[in-house]
Amino acid sequence: MPKLVINGQAQDLDVPDDMPLLWVLRDVIGLTGTKFGCGVALCGACTVHLDGRPIRSCITPVSNVVGKKITTIEAIGETESGAKIQQAWLNIEVVQCGYCQSGQIMSAVALLESNPNPTDAEIDTAMSGNICRCGTYPRIRAAIKQASQSA
Amino acid sequence: MLKRIDNASNEKPTGFSRRTFLVTTAAAGGGLLLGVYLPRTIGAKAQIADAELAPNAFVRIKPDDTITLVMPQVEMGQGTYTSMSMLIAEELEVDLAKVSLEAAPASDKLYALPLLGFQVTGGSTSVMGFWEPLRRAGATARVMLIQAAAARWNVDPASCKAEKGEVISSVGDRLTYGALVEAAAKLPVPDKVALKDPKDFTLIGTPARRLDTPEKVNGKAKFGIDAMIPGMKFATVAACPVFGGKLKSVDDSKAMAIKGVRQVVKIDNAVAVVGDHMWAAMQGLGALDIEWDDGPHANVTTASIVEQMVRASQNDGVVARSDGDFAKAIQGVAKRIDAVYEVPFLAHAAMEPMNCTVHVTKDSCDIWVGIQVVARAQATAAQVTGLPPDKIQVHNHLLGGGFGRRLDVDGITQAVEIAKQVDGPLKVVWSREEDVQHDVYKPYFFDRITAGLDADGRPIAWHHRITGSSVFARWVPPTFKNGFDPDTVEGAKPPYDLPNFLLEYVRNEPPGLVTGNWRGVGPTHNVFVVESFIDELAAATKKDPVEFRRSMLGKSQRLLGVLNLAVEKAGWGRPLPEDVRRGVSVQFVMGTYLSQVAEVQVSKEGEVSVRRVVCAVDCGQIVNPDTIAAQIEGGIIFGLSAALWGEITLKNGRIEQHNFNDYRVLRINEAPQIEVHLVKNGEAPGGIGEPGTIGIAPAVANAIFAVTGKRIRKLPIKDQLRSA
Repeated sequence: MPKLVINGQAQDLDVPDDMPLLWVLRDVIGLTGTKFGCGVALCGACTVHLDGRPIRSCITPVSNVVGKKITTIEAIGETESGAKIQQAWLNIEVVQCGYCQSGQIMSAVALLESNPNPTDAEIDTAMSGNICRCGTYPRIRAAIKQASQSA
Repeated sequence: MLKRIDNASNEKPTGFSRRTFLVTTAAAGGGLLLGVYLPRTIGAKAQIADAELAPNAFVRIKPDDTITLVMPQVEMGQGTYTSMSMLIAEELEVDLAKVSLEAAPASDKLYALPLLGFQVTGGSTSVMGFWEPLRRAGATARVMLIQAAAARWNVDPASCKAEKGEVISSVGDRLTYGALVEAAAKLPVPDKVALKDPKDFTLIGTPARRLDTPEKVNGKAKFGIDAMIPGMKFATVAACPVFGGKLKSVDDSKAMAIKGVRQVVKIDNAVAVVGDHMWAAMQGLGALDIEWDDGPHANVTTASIVEQMVRASQNDGVVARSDGDFAKAIQGVAKRIDAVYEVPFLAHAAMEPMNCTVHVTKDSCDIWVGIQVVARAQATAAQVTGLPPDKIQVHNHLLGGGFGRRLDVDGITQAVEIAKQVDGPLKVVWSREEDVQHDVYKPYFFDRITAGLDADGRPIAWHHRITGSSVFARWVPPTFKNGFDPDTVEGAKPPYDLPNFLLEYVRNEPPGLVTGNWRGVGPTHNVFVVESFIDELAAATKKDPVEFRRSMLGKSQRLLGVLNLAVEKAGWGRPLPEDVRRGVSVQFVMGTYLSQVAEVQVSKEGEVSVRRVVCAVDCGQIVNPDTIAAQIEGGIIFGLSAALWGEITLKNGRIEQHNFNDYRVLRINEAPQIEVHLVKNGEAPGGIGEPGTIGIAPAVANAIFAVTGKRIRKLPIKDQLRSA
């Protein structure tokens, strides 16, 4: 019976210890903003924050995150960096189909939190684990730049 | 701001099929039927509650000023919800921020794409097809609202105008649309309405904010995979790894022992495990002991397919086009060049894996999915359940990428077959591996091509024989006529002056594999072959690739325009480092003129890196310019993944690729800088979803030739330069 803290709310769950956090979020709690893309940490669509660091929830057993602070796309806008990134995403019109964008935004917010003024190369490195099939990469770069420069 | 995109709720949509509607105006606007449905005749109270102006299947206005636009085209990232809304809102005179959007229910009658005659989003046709019908739909409602207001004020309708959701009289009286709904709804729907002069457009052609973006940055947007139906169970599935094979037997004792596993469902060629959540279902599937009957295709390999194609390509094909007399002209040429080109099978690998949620009861079937062909989804569910189509409700959602994959309903057929055996709603989700290995694949093509040059180095004879699968023969059989379909050969006739031109098609279907539409369809293959081969001819005559093309584009000023713009912006001819060169391509397909210049680096080790792509586009009338740029950028990156690495191969009848580790796609650190330049004119609108993908492979391959002298005649480029 793992106890999790998700987006500031304590959750009592009756799920197996080895169940990946992704499916707990989506299928048990109903937070469907976090996406399933590959199941093996190759695409980044399932990225959430664990104590502020980006993790791939599709390979993270729920027992590994007990008692830690989990933040998903649904609540990232409540943080300063999250709001900035979301606004930049809107300003630049980054999004196409949007399926990967929850993960992209979670990775971008984590980057900005650890490195407020990333270079192009640093953006590429931090974001290279997040695949976008629509090809929004040039705009992701531009939006992260814009967010990093906004006060 | 978007108020609401109602394509995800559990409630029944307003469903035209569940209302009485009366078609009053036939064949208005490109063959589209403008239907008017009347309020239900179940009592006066219901009529009042239902009061709304709905002069056609696309616009509904309520007395409280709620304006709902019904989207005939599905949103899969291409921005169509916004551009379709712009077409209606321009004529309806409403603020985009004030409209609600709703996904159209299944109906080939009400929501057929005028160009194809059925309900489909694909082929870069949305704006082309709905350019006039949707503006007409908006204008019709506007005219009726103005008439209602004029009658109330007792003035001439011509003295009134509509603006931002209100009708305004010549003396400044104002009534909101909502206040006019009841009166307007009683008026006859006009047969003909005048459309705005394009010079008066205030919305079309301006960069509008996308209506679907806000909910896509905060996790609220609902894709098919996000459907949550009370009481729903989850399933994941394994289909026979060999196409055409069947399920022989399955031992589910270990699976059923797993906590959360509820049921194992067998269908003809697949087995699914149903659980309380995906994790239980996934674990259960992994614990099954399955025996397959591989069927007739157990020995198929890529090599065996290609061998069959090569043999077929030695025979004459069906003549798809013949200008002049190739056989005669080739006799007298000064130089003859022959080449063979090949392109591989490709998977779509949209980020949202295939999924479908279904609830079958004895007299109804509800489907929650994201699909490019909504009415076909309804039809397949009707067939599987035996229910009449009007008992099947398709709740279409946002699509997490389409790229042509969701033009096929195989996943829905399968999900309904499974859900039929399950009590209550069931969400069926494929693993990424299942998605890669059970796709409908872009066909492999084997092309023989020959050109003859005259003494001045001009191509005067051209012969191209395409061998491969016809997707349209399966997907839209009526288009397959006289031995070929228009898509497979589109783009094979280059836009250049070629006096003696012969195009042949040899249909050859790969055994054990279904081929499907993939972004850019026929032209993605043909433009690669033709624009690479043109480059070969330029090189053979030692001419600059741009000059060579220009000299043959005399008849197409718009193509010349985009070529000149792209090379100017790219700085064609400007010096580059020794291991970097530029390559160019030109195309006119799907109604759009486009030219790309790719700047490519090839390292000593043969590593290819695309640094910069400059693209010039002339797609005629522009609806939302930023969306066009976005589609081109994304299209180029999609095409680059394929050109560099994309390849599906078979061994023992099984697909050899699994996931993003061995079906490699471009990542951000591999993405080039991309510049898109739009030509503005008032010509008829062309398509934009696919053209960016089409011309990138030849531009890159031509740049690689410029660096290395090696001609890429087979995709993907992969490590071809490493072994060199």
